[in-house]
Amino acid sequence: MVAMKVVVCVKQIPDPADPGALDPETRTLKRDVKLILDESDSYGVEMALQLVDAAGEGEVTLVSMVPNSERSGLATALAMGAASATLISDPELVGSDALTTAKLLAAAIKDQGADLIIAGSESSDGYTGTVPEQIAAVLDLPSVTAAKSIEVDGASISVQRQTDAGYDSVQCPLPAVISVTAGVVEPRYPSFKGIMAAKSKPVEEKTAADLGFDSDQVGWAGAGQEIVEVTEAPKREAGDIIEDDGEAHVKIVEFLENLKVI
Amino acid sequence: MTLDTIWVYAEATDGEVNSNTLELLSKARELADTVACVYAGDADDIVEAVGAYGAETVYSVDVEEALVGVPVAAAIAEAVEAGDGPDAILLGTTYDGRDVAARLSVKTDKTVISNCVDLEVDDGSLVCTAAIFGGATDIKTKFTGDGPFIAVVRPKSFPAESSDGGEADSEELDVPDLGSSAGAVVTDRFVEESDGPKLDEAGIVVAGGRGIGEAEKFSMVTDLAKALGGAAGASRAIVDAGWVPYSQQVGQTGKVVKPDVYIACGISGATQHLVGMKGSKNIIAINKDAEAPIFGIADLGIIGDVHKVMPLLLEALASR
Ligand SMILES: Cc1cc2nc3c(=O)[nH]c(=O)nc-3n(C[C@H](O)[C@H](O)[C@H](O)COP(=O)(O)OP(=O)(O)OC[C@H]3O[C@@H](n4cnc5c(N)ncnc54)[C@H](O)[C@@H]3O)c2cc1C
Ligand SMILES: Cc1cc2nc3c(=O)[nH]c(=O)nc-3n(C[C@H](O)[C@H](O)[C@H](O)COP(=O)(O)OP(=O)(O)OC[C@H]3O[C@@H](n4cnc5c(N)ncnc54)[C@H](O)[C@@H]3O)c2cc1C
Repeated sequence: MVAMKVVVCVKQIPDPADPGALDPETRTLKRDVKLILDESDSYGVEMALQLVDAAGEGEVTLVSMVPNSERSGLATALAMGAASATLISDPELVGSDALTTAKLLAAAIKDQGADLIIAGSESSDGYTGTVPEQIAAVLDLPSVTAAKSIEVDGASISVQRQTDAGYDSVQCPLPAVISVTAGVVEPRYPSFKGIMAAKSKPVEEKTAADLGFDSDQVGWAGAGQEIVEVTEAPKREAGDIIEDDGEAHVKIVEFLENLKVI
Repeated sequence: MTLDTIWVYAEATDGEVNSNTLELLSKARELADTVACVYAGDADDIVEAVGAYGAETVYSVDVEEALVGVPVAAAIAEAVEAGDGPDAILLGTTYDGRDVAARLSVKTDKTVISNCVDLEVDDGSLVCTAAIFGGATDIKTKFTGDGPFIAVVRPKSFPAESSDGGEADSEELDVPDLGSSAGAVVTDRFVEESDGPKLDEAGIVVAGGRGIGEAEKFSMVTDLAKALGGAAGASRAIVDAGWVPYSQQVGQTGKVVKPDVYIACGISGATQHLVGMKGSKNIIAINKDAEAPIFGIADLGIIGDVHKVMPLLLEALASR
């Protein structure tokens, strides 16, 4: 058996059930709320843990980038079973675009000797879905996005890649970057033992400068894009809301008739 | 004011150009003097179809069996490097479109603006509108540096309007040595069979959510869709639960639909669902919870049990 070293990118985000608001001053998402592990990344963590289990030997490590030193999302992933984490944390990172995010994550991943780098196919808050492929490009590695399943086969992997109409079977040499779609594995709940163990697992903090980036390369300064306007979208007016009294289907038929679609 | 040149990343399924590509071409004609396509495949297959929507040239890239992101981005980046690139590149929000955009952004060291629903030219740059918070807020983001501007646009953002243009010219872009990033190849393709109109093209969509109760009961949704000559869709909750395939998912991570009528059955109306369907002309919602957010955007809302309303509705339609 060959030891498998998997690095998982985990984003820590405001709870999507309470997504907060854009700060009108800085035009970034307000992040004064507690951050949690992005559900999209809980699948990546689970997938990585299962692959290392199947290999019989190896380890799962994490990388995460935040503008403050928030760790509660990392703690969840460590409690699930990851061994250690790198936290890129620097107030200068506020406003970073996806490309800059990918460059920093890649810099933190580069020297870890990973066989596989796993990310979510898109985050729950920014959802550009470009970061994993950008990480691969920075590291000059092959990649498969939107993976439904991963099977390791010596020095390569077989992946089922989600498509609009079904899926493609893809073969890819290692090392590689893979992004996984949501809902493909059942993320484990951290056990009490896992939660306790997570408290003593190493989390190494790095600034942008530690990774070799100047302040004009990150944050708003490095972004190559600026938000010029934030407006309320026109609201859709709600129409007739009626309680079903056993005859509601008649109302629907009338509605469809009026539209001349039946 | 317009840009000089825009390239649209064209996608086709079984030789038929995707509607997303035609929408992008239609908008690109408004934004630039010259519009062309980049296509991973045989240009001959699409020169007529994209020419009719204003593409003057199809730049083809021979990717063989590779996943498209790496070779297509490398070929475009070479053209950009040689000074033959466009001012902007538009791609659809598809897995392949995002892959090409992401690889290209690193190759050219340019930012990507994603999830665009509108585009305008301003002062030689491109301004992109994206909808956030489930469509409650619009943000406009502008490219600040030099082009090429890379924008990834959500399907159904623009109407597809033919320009009555003739066949496009074709030219092949060379793929440079891909080094250690090469190697991901497609070995097989699986397509889920479905009958009736395509979900993102149907005039009527009937969609089911967790309120349908169990996988077997989803037949109420497909039966109603069939009775109305429409397509059946689903919320992610029941796709993740394995009741229906992903190809039927509507929303942020699924399809964008804009039918004449959308009937949401047992769907709560989470923001990630709404972004995929709130552009529908008419929305009917059936939900037993009067507080369900879906009622906030419904033209006709029925507070009721899907297991009572849907069978009666089916009967009523059948007896017409
Ligand atoms: C509403 C909104 C819209 C935005 N639009 C754009 C835009 O159009 N263009 C742009 O360049 N930027 C945009 N941003 C900024 C962008 O979200 C951030 O740069 C973000 O850090 C990375 O992009 P993402 O969340 O879209 O990542 P995605 O590419 O959607 O994320 C995929 C996966 O990459 C990994 N990942 C992403 N970010 C991190 C992280 N910080 N730490 C660890 N792993 C991570 C995770 O595994 C994640 O599941 C936007 C942000 C918001 C809030
Ligand atoms: C990053 C991200 C991306 C996402 N992308 C998508 C996406 O693309 N598409 C999507 O749909 N979701 C998406 N989601 C999930 C979304 O947040 C919701 O969880 C999901 O849409 C809920 O599905 P639902 O409405 O079927 O289920 P629920 O929210 O559980 O709602 C079920 C509804 O059924 C009603 N109901 C129950 N029984 C009955 C009955 N007998 N008769 C009538 N009504 C009944 C209930 O009142 C309730 O309102 C995404 C989430 C995240 C974090």
